[in-house]
Formats: sequence, structure tokens, C-alpha cells
Amino acid sequence: MAVLGLYNYFVFAVLLMIGLYCLLARTNIIKSIIGLSMFQSAVFLLYISMDKVDGGTAPIIQEGVENQIFANPLPQVLILTAIVVGISTTALALAVAVRIREAYGTIEEDKIQEMDRKQ
Amino acid sequence: MTLYDQLPALVVAVLLFTAPIAYMLRMHGFPWAAATAAVVTSFIVACSLAATAIGGETIIYEMGGWPAPYGIVLHIDALSALMAMLITGASSAALIFGAKSLADEVGEETAPAFFAAWLLCTAGLVGMVITGDAFNIFVFMEISSLSTYVLISAGPDRRALISTYRYIVMGTVGATFYLIGVGFLYMVTGTLNTADLGARVGQVEDIRLVLVAAGFVSVGLAVKAAVFPLHSWMPNAYTFAPNAVTVFIAAASTKVSLYVLIRVDYAIFQNSIANHEVQLTLFLVPLGVMALFAGSLLAIYEKNLKRLLAYSSVSQIGYIALGIAMTSVAGLTGAIVHMFNHGLIKGGMFMAVACLALRYRTVNVANLAGAGKAMPWTMAAFVMGGLGLIGVPLTPGFISKWYLVLAALEKGWLGALLVAVILISSLLAVIYVWKVIEVAYFREPRANAVPVTEEAPMVMLIPTWIVVLTGIWFALDTSVSVGLASIAAKTLLGVAL
Repeated sequence: MAVLGLYNYFVFAVLLMIGLYCLLARTNIIKSIIGLSMFQSAVFLLYISMDKVDGGTAPIIQEGVENQIFANPLPQVLILTAIVVGISTTALALAVAVRIREAYGTIEEDKIQEMDRKQ
Repeated sequence: MTLYDQLPALVVAVLLFTAPIAYMLRMHGFPWAAATAAVVTSFIVACSLAATAIGGETIIYEMGGWPAPYGIVLHIDALSALMAMLITGASSAALIFGAKSLADEVGEETAPAFFAAWLLCTAGLVGMVITGDAFNIFVFMEISSLSTYVLISAGPDRRALISTYRYIVMGTVGATFYLIGVGFLYMVTGTLNTADLGARVGQVEDIRLVLVAAGFVSVGLAVKAAVFPLHSWMPNAYTFAPNAVTVFIAAASTKVSLYVLIRVDYAIFQNSIANHEVQLTLFLVPLGVMALFAGSLLAIYEKNLKRLLAYSSVSQIGYIALGIAMTSVAGLTGAIVHMFNHGLIKGGMFMAVACLALRYRTVNVANLAGAGKAMPWTMAAFVMGGLGLIGVPLTPGFISKWYLVLAALEKGWLGALLVAVILISSLLAVIYVWKVIEVAYFREPRANAVPVTEEAPMVMLIPTWIVVLTGIWFALDTSVSVGLASIAAKTLLGVAL
């Protein structure tokens, strides 16, 4: 049970490593950006998992309901910010990829490296 | 509530609010003027905060009136004030210096967005040093990183783009590591306020997660700070960025990550993890020593002047890492003073390089033959910076190395070894600085080269020399830099002032 209870955290670790591997192993810039995005998404999962309280519900105060158990809203707020950061990073990286394609005519890093060496 | 009480918030707010204004000003020269006005204002505010902090006072400013640890506070002590002064000062100097060179390198059309990004970058860096909240540091870190990527990609060479892409990948991985570490700390303590974290981490019984968090945070920040061997993004980013951008980011941006490393390791982990100083020493001393040698050797064999200086930064960051690793008042003082002094030295040197690049249209060392005669003032500024890198007396570099050597001597035989390492790496610095001097002063220009007869324009020379002279001033009168740094070091180590 203890192991199953940590299910989310295992997924977090696996996703993080898949993202990192994808980032390091691929020379295609777009594929690397996908890896970067997965790497960041794994962290979102970490934060979302830690806010869960047993039997907790959305933290909204209702009239007439007392002794309500709430999930911790703070990590949710934090990760909302981090998601925005992640989207901005992905968008910026893709924009740079577009400009790399315009300047070099390719998005394969090894080919770009070869072209730079000739220069 | 007077305006004076709001100064801590203003130092960032001025920059953040001017950024969209700069973006909307579509007239020639206006975005630059707006950015410069905002950054200089922020610099003046930072100086006034430093004047308060030099008395050993810590300013706590509660954002929105929410008390700590529930709300986000700005926490300005001697260390934050010194860093805020460095960042806003470097940003102002680079902008004033870059009025002409940026107009050349950044097109009229992209100027509004470029200067908006510059303001956001400065705001992010200042925000990182003044905030007292671990997650807030991440947010400001990403604001500054995202805008730094934009600034670097504005470089005229197409290789700027691929350098930006590599920096995005490394920078994001570093920042995400930091975020994971902060997440783990929040899991075990339930707080994000740095002061509160420092108090609560010590009460945690199962220390394993705290150790993992410390590992993630330290490695993440080491990537952002370009600590060897995690520096691979840095040389090309410095080389292909527009010249004025290089001046700014070389002077300020890696230092801010080192600041966060100091803050997190000393304010949060030092008092709460047993044997933390041993772990910190084992982590940073090998990296620092490797950085000293590898950075200097790479600089010796480098042909591109901008990249040469970038590799020299790698080795200078090694000194700072060594100072941090010594966990003593002298070592930490040396590290903090060196962050400040190295910012001044490298800023001035990159300014001189920008002047050379303007006239020679190249930064290859071999093509700079005769620069000593053609551009005497520019080269003199470069030589002053070079002497600072070596650590000659009467230059700012000497002051910081002096403290580092003093700190190393406290450590017994291991320290004696470190003193030897510091001296050898200073000698290596002599070699790579001399390599440039030899070409510029003692070699005749090639017959087929376009002769350069004109000195750099006054609008570039004067700011360069102001930075160089400021450096000399901080070498002669150390009451501000060393004063603030020693207060900071004593506060972090919990020694009475």
C-alpha cells in the first residue's frame, strides 16, 4: 500500500527522466523542446500531488457546511505560476526554433554545428 | 506611510512598470531613453537602500501588508543591497554605454521590444536578490532568464540563435531543478519564506528529503551560475550577444545565481543539516579548483576575444565558489566582494572590447594588432581590467583575492594547497591577458588589413573609463564593498557584527 500510495511520485520521477533523456538524446530541436516541456510537466505533477489531503475537497468556503476538509490551495497557486512560466519558455524556445530554421534552413543540431564549423 | 518606506518595492516596480511603456514608445530613441531613466532611478534607489543596510540594518517590507510567513516579504540586508547596487549599476552603465552600439546592432523596428526585455531582465535580477521568498526567487529567475534569452538572440550573427537555444535548454533545466528542490522543502516544512524555512528545516526529523532538496537546489543554481563543468551555455552566449548585452549579463547575471546559492545554502541549510559545511566544501572546492584551471587554460588557447573573456569568467566564478565553500567569515567576505569586483572588472573589459569591435569590426585577437597605438584609451582600459583579473595591487581584483587567500590560510595544509592553486591560476591569467596585450601593443598590423586610426567615440569611452575608475576607487576605498560584504558574511554565519 505504501508503494501504491506514492504512485504519483513514481510517475513524477519517470516523467522527469523521460523528459531529460529526450532533451539530451535528440538532435532535432523541436523534439528537444518536447522533452523540455515534459521535464517541466513532471514538476507540475509533483506540486499537484503534494497538495492532496485525504478526503479533502476544493478549498471553497460554503455556507452551512462546517468542519470541511480542504486540499492545500497554496501548491495549486504556485504551480499555476510555474505552468505559465513553462508555457512561456516553450513558446520562446519554439520562436527561437523558427528563427533558427530561417537562418540555417534546418533544425537538426548536428547539421547546424557542421555549418558553424565551416564558417 | 511615506514614499521612503516604499523604496524596497520601488526598486523593482519602477522597472516592471516602465517595461510595457518602453514597448509602446514607437519613436526613435524613446525606448532607450525610457529604459535608461528607469534603470538609473532604480540604481539611485538601490544606493539609498545600501546606505541603510551598511549600518547592519535589515529592511523587511511586507508586500500588500501581509505579514511573514503568510505573505511575500522583501528582505533587504547588506548582501541584497550590494547585489542590487551591482545589478542596477551594471544595467545603467551598459545602457548608457550602449546607446550607439545597440542602435547599430538592434534594428529600429525591434528596439521597443528589446528595451522592454532589458527592463524585465533587470527587474528579474533585482527581484531575485531582494525577495525573501523561495518560490518568488524562482519566478523572478524565470522573468530574468526569459528576457535574457531575448536579449542574446538579438545578436547580429546567426550563431546567436543557436547559442540562445542552448542557453534556454540549460537555463530551464537549472531553474526546474531549483523548483523541484523548493517543492521538496515545502513538502517537509510547509513554508516558503526563507527566514522561516531556515528555522523549520532544522526541526525536520527525516532529513533525507532535505538532503535531496539541497542537492537539487545547489546543482540547479550551479547550472545558472555557470560553475564549471556546467558552464557550457555561457561562452557562446557571451560571444554572440550584442556587445552592450554582454557587458550587462557578464557583470550581473551569473552573480545573481551565486547570490541565491549563498542565500539558500547559508540561510536555510547551514544551521539545519549536520555537517553541511563539509558537504558544501566537498561540492564546491573541487568544482572551484577545476574551474580555475580549466577556465584559464581554455582562455589561453582561445582566439576570439569575447570568448576568451567568457572563459576567464568561468575561472573567476571558480574563485567565488572557493570563497563560498570555505564557510568562514573571511572566505564568504572574499566571495561576496569578488562577485562585486569581478562584475566591475568584467563589465569594464567587455566595454573596451565593444569599442574595439566598433572600429575593427572583429574581435579576433590576431586582427587587433596595432590597437595599442590606434586606440590608446580603449586599450588602456582593457589593460586596467586585465590587471584586475590577475589581482595586481591597487586593482579591485587584489582586494577580493586578498580575502580569499586569508581565508584559505585559516584552513591548515588544505588551505596552503588552495593558496598555491589561487596563485597558479593568477599566473595563468597573466598569460591570457598578456596574449592580448602583446598583439595589441607589439605587433604591426598586417599589410592588407584596413588601418584603424580613430579612437572609439567619446560616448563609449567616457562610460568605459567611469567604470574603470569606479573599479580603482573600490580598490582604494573598500569601506562600501568590503563593509557590506563583511556585514553580510557575519549575518549569514550568525557571528556578532
